[in-house]
Amino acid sequence: MNNKTIGIPKAFLYYRYHILWENFFSNLGYKIVVSEDTTKEIIELGKIYSIDESCLSSKIYLGHVASLKDKCDYILIPRVENYGKGEKVCVKFNATYDLVRNLFEDYQILDYNLEKTKNSNEFLSLMKLGLKLTKKPFLTLKSYFIAKKQEKTYHKKRQLTQAKTLASTKPKILIVAHPYNIYDNYIGTPIIKKLQSMGIDIIYADKLDRKTAKLYASRLSPTLYWTYSKELIGAIGYYQYTVDGILFLTTFPCGPDSLVNELMLRKITDIPMTNILIDELSADTGLETRLESFVDIIKERSDNHY
Amino acid sequence: MGDYYIPIKYLVGSITKCKVLIPPQITKKTISLGSKHSPDYVCVPFKYNLGNFIEALDNGTNIILQAGGGCRYGYYAELQEQILKDLNYDFKFVNFIENNHVSIKSIYKFAKSINPSLNIFKFAYYGLNTILMIFIMDKLSKYPRENMGFEIEKNSFLKTEKSLLNELKRQKQSPIKLIKTYFKYKKRYKKIKINKPKNCIKIGIVGELYSIMEPFCSNHVEQKLASYGIEVHRFTTLTYLLFQKKFNIKRLLRKGKKYLKYHLGADATESVVLSLELAKQNYDGIVHLKSFGCTPELNAMPILEKISNDYQIPIIYFSFDSQDSDVAIDTRLEAFYDMLLQKKRK
Repeated sequence: MNNKTIGIPKAFLYYRYHILWENFFSNLGYKIVVSEDTTKEIIELGKIYSIDESCLSSKIYLGHVASLKDKCDYILIPRVENYGKGEKVCVKFNATYDLVRNLFEDYQILDYNLEKTKNSNEFLSLMKLGLKLTKKPFLTLKSYFIAKKQEKTYHKKRQLTQAKTLASTKPKILIVAHPYNIYDNYIGTPIIKKLQSMGIDIIYADKLDRKTAKLYASRLSPTLYWTYSKELIGAIGYYQYTVDGILFLTTFPCGPDSLVNELMLRKITDIPMTNILIDELSADTGLETRLESFVDIIKERSDNHY
Repeated sequence: MGDYYIPIKYLVGSITKCKVLIPPQITKKTISLGSKHSPDYVCVPFKYNLGNFIEALDNGTNIILQAGGGCRYGYYAELQEQILKDLNYDFKFVNFIENNHVSIKSIYKFAKSINPSLNIFKFAYYGLNTILMIFIMDKLSKYPRENMGFEIEKNSFLKTEKSLLNELKRQKQSPIKLIKTYFKYKKRYKKIKINKPKNCIKIGIVGELYSIMEPFCSNHVEQKLASYGIEVHRFTTLTYLLFQKKFNIKRLLRKGKKYLKYHLGADATESVVLSLELAKQNYDGIVHLKSFGCTPELNAMPILEKISNDYQIPIIYFSFDSQDSDVAIDTRLEAFYDMLLQKKRK
């Protein structure tokens, strides 16, 4: 057991991989430091480091990276290119590592690469990283499998809670948003709280089983090649007839969402939908008014139907 | 995209034996039509594209072809088809993109379905001609770009370029004929009298491909720069994108080791490494062009800024959207030129 710490910025891929990362590195004998929830200060910090035009989520990411300064020995920044043929991700994830490396020169960065078309999948690249850190192959292998198992049970648990909410009689809204937006303290949490206070049950698009989601996504949009978008779009196909409304939540100006959400808004016709776009200057009142009117529409519709 | 419609028109026209309608020249109307019907925070090429399609459909097109790949380009087709259908146009939309890459097989299948007399040899022959045409255009565009600002008789380069394009526009082509045209025009370009000082200002253009290659989108930045008496260099051409890029990325990453470890996606790696090369070769400045919200180039920009600091080379950034005023761009270019001039004098 050594006393070195690994910092993880609480943005972007944290929400997808945090169970895996936390378990893997703590089993290897490292301490994990996760940056705090997003606040106004973190966004201001991120704005200093980023170009004005980049999306709010990436500004938040850089803010978290900057806030981890002097709090940890290493900082974990994975680089994702693809999960196989036709399974790409937004180019932002291709570049986060190089971006941070050039912006924060005094950081010690741990990186691993996910590029399945070039034979660097999650298992191999995490093994490589673990060996570099500890030089103990069996420990690394063991901690990877333990972490993977934990991740699996976590996902199952999430799907179970989702199934429970589906069974309730309250009106339900499907939120289609990237996990790093909807679970973010600044972007998503106020919206969830507001909706729940109005007596709405929330279905999360990203909680759906990923394989099922991809199947439904290929029906809705055959040429889509962004994995993260596929997983979200699939949920629309899956839950379309069980929810009362769909809410798209996007940060300005998100590349994949600009096309995918527009396509969905045009393709799906028989259900109320709204597209909420958030940037660092959004006003709370405007947002509340929009949410309230959306909920009113949904309630009115369900009263008329049943 | 710029003048590249000529080889594309040749290819499509000869393999399908259909009449190919070229959308009218891009104007302000195109972009306003396009941006009216597209999501507001999508990048500009989408809006230009859509505007082009609408204008072409108004002129009576039946089939629309779309190709692309890389970043967001690969997904344009599906949304554009949906938008045009919502506008109640009647047409067939053919999409050549498979898994974010243009697939030659699907082009062949499509052509065969329209023109049954096509066989694989004919297809290869026309393909070869098209490739040669693109090659010639790119090879021949290098010299005028570097020397346009120093011509003695005004517009002589533009005139030659126009006659070259006219020659390429002819429908009957053969490889030998094309190679002959290449040498003929190479000579003609070299004959144009220029008055070039030895240490003129040298500038490199890097950035996102559409903004670079479509002169209307970038408000003719290249020509404006040349008119100040600047030697302009540009590296992103269709030849590069289609044939060289695949094999080049590893080399680029090795060259840019100091700043990059991984490929940044789309054209961003090129932007970074080329800027680095230009800085090392003592160029006077770099012009970086992109459309608003272009994620790969946004990834490259912080790194470019670092290069600019490390090597003391000025970089000017342009971000194009659907509403740009020419005057603002002119003013910024002029100021940039003045600064380069002063730096040079020192």
